[in-house]
Amino acid sequence: MAWSSCVSPAIPDPNRPAFRVEIAANEDVVVVRQRAREQSQRAGFSLLETTKLVTAASELARNTLEHGGGGIAEIEVVTDGIRRGVRMTFVDEGPGIPDIDMALRDGFTTGGGLGLGLGGSRRLVSEFQIQSTAGKGTRVQVIRWK
Amino acid sequence: MDRIPILRLGDTLLVTVQVDMHDQLAVRLLDDLTTMITKVRARGVLIDISALDMVDSFIGRMIADIAATARILDARAVVVGMQPAVAITLVELGMSLPGVQTALDVDHGMELLREPRDS
Repeated sequence: MAWSSCVSPAIPDPNRPAFRVEIAANEDVVVVRQRAREQSQRAGFSLLETTKLVTAASELARNTLEHGGGGIAEIEVVTDGIRRGVRMTFVDEGPGIPDIDMALRDGFTTGGGLGLGLGGSRRLVSEFQIQSTAGKGTRVQVIRWK
Repeated sequence: MDRIPILRLGDTLLVTVQVDMHDQLAVRLLDDLTTMITKVRARGVLIDISALDMVDSFIGRMIADIAATARILDARAVVVGMQPAVAITLVELGMSLPGVQTALDVDHGMELLREPRDS
């Protein structure tokens, strides 16, 4: 499946390799959080910026697991030439999201949670993009700039 | 099976969360605490989360559920030690934990639990 490119142009930092995490179980969500924390530190984030990114990572990884049936997370340090940031991409091949606007609304849930996952994590990052195709999967890409 | 230990001190239960919790661990803590409250007839539950560097919506809901469950079982729950960055993030995420009593540290939390009850 071809995805159009995300958000602002951002180049991966060659000195800081990307992390790829397979999300197949609850424990993998914890690994995603740890990787997001490591990359935040490499990008020079403050404690608050790190906490926000790690929390967004946790929400999005859980969505990938619970709604997408598992998938892949990629977490990388990026730059646009001026700023540094962390980009996270979550891809699954699950059922897809029929109504993205609805899914982004606080309190909307199909999974028995609070419905804060997508809408809440969007508030914790600088840029947020979601693409979903019914029956093929969902891809969420976010960047938090320092 | 991983478990978060629950200590008993008189009629108070003490929990210190020291690991990065995955969801099942959080659910198990709620189960274990509920069982313990009734078993030992606890009146207070003190949960120290000062070691947690992140609380997401799932863990936040677990905390709210513990507080609500304790109340129904005639006990009080106090959450202590939340880091400032965690608090700011939690509110931005959309969770302000209404109905959860909090204190800045264990001492103040214990004081709250010793206060006479309204009801």
